[in-house]
Amino acid sequence: MRHAIYIIPLVIFLGLGVLLYSGLGKDPSHLPSALIGKPFPAFSLPDLYEEEKLLDTSVVKGTPSLVNIWATWCAACRVEHPELMRIAQEEGVPVIGINYKDDPEEARAWLARYENPYRSVVVDRHGRLGLDLGVYGAPETYVVDAQGRVLYRHVGVVDRRVWEERLAPLLQGAGAR
Amino acid sequence: MTDGLPRFSRLARWCLLLLLGAAGAVMATQNTSGLADAEQQERFRELTWELRCPKCQNQNLADSNAPVAADLRSEIARLIGEGRSNREIVEYMVARYGEFVRYEPRVGGINLLLWLLPALGLLIGALVIWQRTRRSVAGDAPLMDAAQREQARRLLQEAARQRADGQERAGPEA
Repeated sequence: MRHAIYIIPLVIFLGLGVLLYSGLGKDPSHLPSALIGKPFPAFSLPDLYEEEKLLDTSVVKGTPSLVNIWATWCAACRVEHPELMRIAQEEGVPVIGINYKDDPEEARAWLARYENPYRSVVVDRHGRLGLDLGVYGAPETYVVDAQGRVLYRHVGVVDRRVWEERLAPLLQGAGAR
Repeated sequence: MTDGLPRFSRLARWCLLLLLGAAGAVMATQNTSGLADAEQQERFRELTWELRCPKCQNQNLADSNAPVAADLRSEIARLIGEGRSNREIVEYMVARYGEFVRYEPRVGGINLLLWLLPALGLLIGALVIWQRTRRSVAGDAPLMDAAQREQARRLLQEAARQRADGQERAGPEA
């Protein structure tokens, strides 16, 4: 019983080992969204193509969808654009664009030039919706279920791997076809 | 006198320069707030100091040049202007950016471990030291009680007598 004390350092060592090992290979810059499981924040913002028309959370409800934060000043948004096109066309998943802190004129020109993957585009000129979402850069992509609840946030470029490993399983689980 | 004065004034000049530099840094964060009264500016400084920038993760909002930090600074200024309390503003940020934005973790839940572990370590350390010193004090104490002492004395006497006997017997032979 007296020797039990000599086991303590071993226990501490093993505990720390497990803790540190589980931290290996994790991306420390990965932040889970504070909104996971919560409803998409309410907004009332203009449609990029009809600025007098106001869009609200009904654009993200109905079917599971992706909400993509993008801007013309965001170089990585250009990189993920073909994958978003593919998802919208081949996978049949609606992608809603949020044009974040951008000039609507330039945004329309950008979409005309590269093709528009979005079912609707919300103009978030001053980043108010971005702030409510906890956006800290573009691009960011959210998986939203049919009830408009946020299931997942991906920060950075959406490529085929992100689609296959993260987005597609979640959308399937949420009942997308 | 005349010897000491120039040396002193050089030192004073350096001090002044340092002070001015520090004042500049303080004013740099102050200017972004756009808040009129001193109490609100003080709160703005406090909040931007204790909230973390989500983009550049090892800087606070006051230090960071990231666009999102600038947005959050102006949002904080707006909320202070609206008359929200510091606590409400921190909650507002946590609701959007997660627990991560606090540099000072919330007390409670899993964070309790974080807060209590150092104190626990200190306590265990103190306990170990106390235990060890108590044991060494015990080492200095008399090794035997009176009965054992008596027994030892008798054993020693016995041994001495046997030695004496042995020498007597060996004597004539030698």
